[in-house]
Amino acid sequence: MEQNLTNVESFGASHSFTTRFGKFLKQLAERPLSLIGTFIVVLFLFIAVTGPLIAPHGYDEFMRDDEGALMRRTEPSLQHPFGTDKDGRDIFSRVIWGTREIILLPGIATTIAVILGTSIGLTVGYYGGWFDEIVSQLMDSLLSIPALVLALVMLGTFGQSEIGIIIVVVLLYTPIVARIIRSTTLNIRTLGYIEAAKLRGESTPYILFREILPGVLPALVVEAALRFSYAIFLIASLGFLGLGVPPPSPSWGRMVEEARGEYLQAPWALWAPVIAIALLVVGVNLMADGLRRIFRHEIDKVS
Amino acid sequence: MEDAIIRVENLFIDYRLGKTWHNVIHDVTLNIRPDTIHGLVGESGSGKSTLALALMRYLAPNARIPSGNITFDGQDLLSKSTREMRDIWGQLISLVPQDSLAALNPSYTVGDQIAEITRRHMGIARRESAERAVEMLHRVKISDPADVAKRYPHQLSGGMLQRVAIAMALSTSPKFLILDEPTTALDVTTQVVILDLFRALIHDNHAAALYVSHDLGTIAQLCDDVTVLYGGEIMESAPVKTLFAAPTHPYTIGLLRSLPRYSEESESRLETIAGIAPSLANRPTGCVFAPRCPIANSQCHAEKPPLTATDDGGLVRCWRWRDVATEGLGEQPKVPLSQAVSAETDKPLLAARNIVKHFGSRSVFDKLTGQLFSPVRAVDDASITIRHHSTLGLVGESGSGKTTLARCIVALNSADSGEIELDELPISNRLNERPKTMLRDMQMVFQNPADTLNPYHTVGQALGRTLKRLSLDALSPAEIESRVVDLLQSVRLTADYAQRYPAELSGGEKQRVAIARAFAADPALVVADEPTSSLDASVQAVIMNLLKDLRIEKGASYLLISHDLDVIAYLADWIAVMYLGQIVEEGSTHAVYASPYHPYTEALISAIPTPDPAIDNPIIYLEGEVPSAKNIPSGCRFHTRCPRKIGAICETEEPPWQDAGEGHCIRCHIDVAELIRQQNSPQEQRRGTR
Repeated sequence: MEQNLTNVESFGASHSFTTRFGKFLKQLAERPLSLIGTFIVVLFLFIAVTGPLIAPHGYDEFMRDDEGALMRRTEPSLQHPFGTDKDGRDIFSRVIWGTREIILLPGIATTIAVILGTSIGLTVGYYGGWFDEIVSQLMDSLLSIPALVLALVMLGTFGQSEIGIIIVVVLLYTPIVARIIRSTTLNIRTLGYIEAAKLRGESTPYILFREILPGVLPALVVEAALRFSYAIFLIASLGFLGLGVPPPSPSWGRMVEEARGEYLQAPWALWAPVIAIALLVVGVNLMADGLRRIFRHEIDKVS
Repeated sequence: MEDAIIRVENLFIDYRLGKTWHNVIHDVTLNIRPDTIHGLVGESGSGKSTLALALMRYLAPNARIPSGNITFDGQDLLSKSTREMRDIWGQLISLVPQDSLAALNPSYTVGDQIAEITRRHMGIARRESAERAVEMLHRVKISDPADVAKRYPHQLSGGMLQRVAIAMALSTSPKFLILDEPTTALDVTTQVVILDLFRALIHDNHAAALYVSHDLGTIAQLCDDVTVLYGGEIMESAPVKTLFAAPTHPYTIGLLRSLPRYSEESESRLETIAGIAPSLANRPTGCVFAPRCPIANSQCHAEKPPLTATDDGGLVRCWRWRDVATEGLGEQPKVPLSQAVSAETDKPLLAARNIVKHFGSRSVFDKLTGQLFSPVRAVDDASITIRHHSTLGLVGESGSGKTTLARCIVALNSADSGEIELDELPISNRLNERPKTMLRDMQMVFQNPADTLNPYHTVGQALGRTLKRLSLDALSPAEIESRVVDLLQSVRLTADYAQRYPAELSGGEKQRVAIARAFAADPALVVADEPTSSLDASVQAVIMNLLKDLRIEKGASYLLISHDLDVIAYLADWIAVMYLGQIVEEGSTHAVYASPYHPYTEALISAIPTPDPAIDNPIIYLEGEVPSAKNIPSGCRFHTRCPRKIGAICETEEPPWQDAGEGHCIRCHIDVAELIRQQNSPQEQRRGTR
């Protein structure tokens, strides 16, 4: 193995997983902004996982002072780093508890959208013809519906729930992913190695997932990261519009909405969730941009 | 050499890759006199395009000229500013690019684009410049110049575009022209016309030209002087007749010997140049060619030879050129080809009869609007037969349908109609209806080595998977591994290639792996679609030898597709010539090559540029362009361009097959005896000579 690795290194172009991953990290480290983005994303992931352990208070716990009075709208202090809200809850704890939702919901939704979109894009792009025509038109018509209108109708009709939100995001993002994968697949399917696979009688699933998928993977990784950042924004927006996960669970979007009316009395209650959302979205975007730059050549090769 | 129009002295060019500078052009000295065409020949990566563009002081953004001089017409080009160069570019020096479609602006008519140049550089008024553009198009022998001037680039064929590009380049009567592979993308019958245009127009203008090409054939036919470039250095520079008759550099000799030529002795091999071209980063300290040179000695490896003047007025960069000139390189040890398996039966291995494949379907919109529908008739009733242990060469220009016919046979496209028989048993036209044994019997080698292998699978995985899918018996992983090694050895690659990814292989190596993959499960028929067309001459020779060896070792048959008749003539023992979806002539290689009867084959063979300036075969020029496969002429498909058309019968009736003996058949209304008489008449001989 050792000799093998050096052999691969000496050629400068390696595809084996371990060396590839190492090279990838190195390339990421060469771009400070991407590195910062990745660091922010990892930090939020860490908070999402360990949230209950870090948070000093429960998300639904009412703070009382020594006399037992509710501590409404107290300014940030050592005890409550981000202050408390109008109901006397610790904002720091609520932001930390809320991380889980804002990572988990977009994460699950994006994953489903990417898997569905990739499968549809690969199949449609590979078969082509009238099948492609019909499915692509269907996808395009889905894309033409404004995101928030679709969310309002869906969640208004079927009620607000985590599942509902995930379905909305999946409906919105599957066509986008499918479209990108389809166009990349269209370019790959006529290449010699796909024809060689057909000539040895490979099954369609083998051709799609073993021969074509590795080629679309770089484009897919970048797209998934971007979709994730949009999904965070969308879900926060839904929370802000009151269409998110119902109270009392902490949602950054709803925290913004609740604090908005009291901005003059308690500006800190608005700042904390706003900065958290901005930081996470910018972090994911910086990371996605870094990924795009790293995979640029491989993406260019097929599109 | 006092009167040279362009003079390059000790030119060096570096490219920056990452943070280091790599030397790509090393100590080049070149003089081009007016009224001559100077050929610049080299394989890919030799720096020929870099050098050619540098002559007009045009460099890539990451390139620099650390030292050297370029003098054009007495002016030092390197000291000029870009603003000053703009008056030289296009006016005094112009370029004919390889891809003229990409070089022309798609949103202006070609007439406007030619006119713009004369307005910019010669200060001609608008109306006059438009007239001049039409006149220029007339000079490049476009039959309806006023009409063509009003068209957009995408409305013109490749040959027409190349003429437009020439008209553009010549519109200001430049003193120096750079022709960067201007005919590489064209068919041979179009190429001869373009080459003739160059010759005539350049001499009319008393201009000088640098003709860059990898093709020694066109260089020999067009140029007055030739410079051979290797690894960014001049290996040899000499008048064309001297260079081809008595090359003094081992590289030139190797290059000339590696060209395929028709030979009656089918057991011959091509001579090859061992090794691979040097990389940018590791320039040898001695002679750049020493690692591949058969006669290199210790001095060659240690010291770089200087550019020395030869007795014939040429230049050579070799320590041992005098030895080469007197003794030659010596023959390469003749490796005998394995003994040919005699064709055991006359029974055909594969017979494809009346294959028809049309592309394009009528869309719903067209049906609703009642649009007339004309499909692309790519293959239109073509039949071929391949015998056991033989090679059928399928020749034709682009658009003749040869690739589609082959793809129908292996069922990558399913034929609309027609029968295919393998070993006299009918097989399906559809790939998914063919059983595994049939897939094993027919494999294919694809044209483009760049995408023939999946970049994410190792060579071992690619070969192993094919073995696993197609082998008769179930193989254990260990057996597969050992078979992969055997396969790699059969294509002259070492076992460690199994771990490599395609990105680590050169084009020739990729093509060898692709050949190994095709032979993995001992197929009866291998279809090779232009297997060497994107490879350099020295690599092409290696692949052709390999194909020849494997056919004998493995007892397979080939269906070989090529636009290059030399390749076909070297490898095939039976030839079928295709034109617009039909076979027009077929017969043994010897018969077709030595005496092509069909007027199309005759013209095609006459148009091949011979890599020997001493040979001046009469060329038969075909009129016009290949008609579109959407709109195929009635009667004989070739009647629109046929120089021997006899009358109305050619336009109305499909020609019958005629047997000229020994299976040599043609499809023509003219009697074979009459064709032979016409071809041999003395009047005929004169007509074609240039």
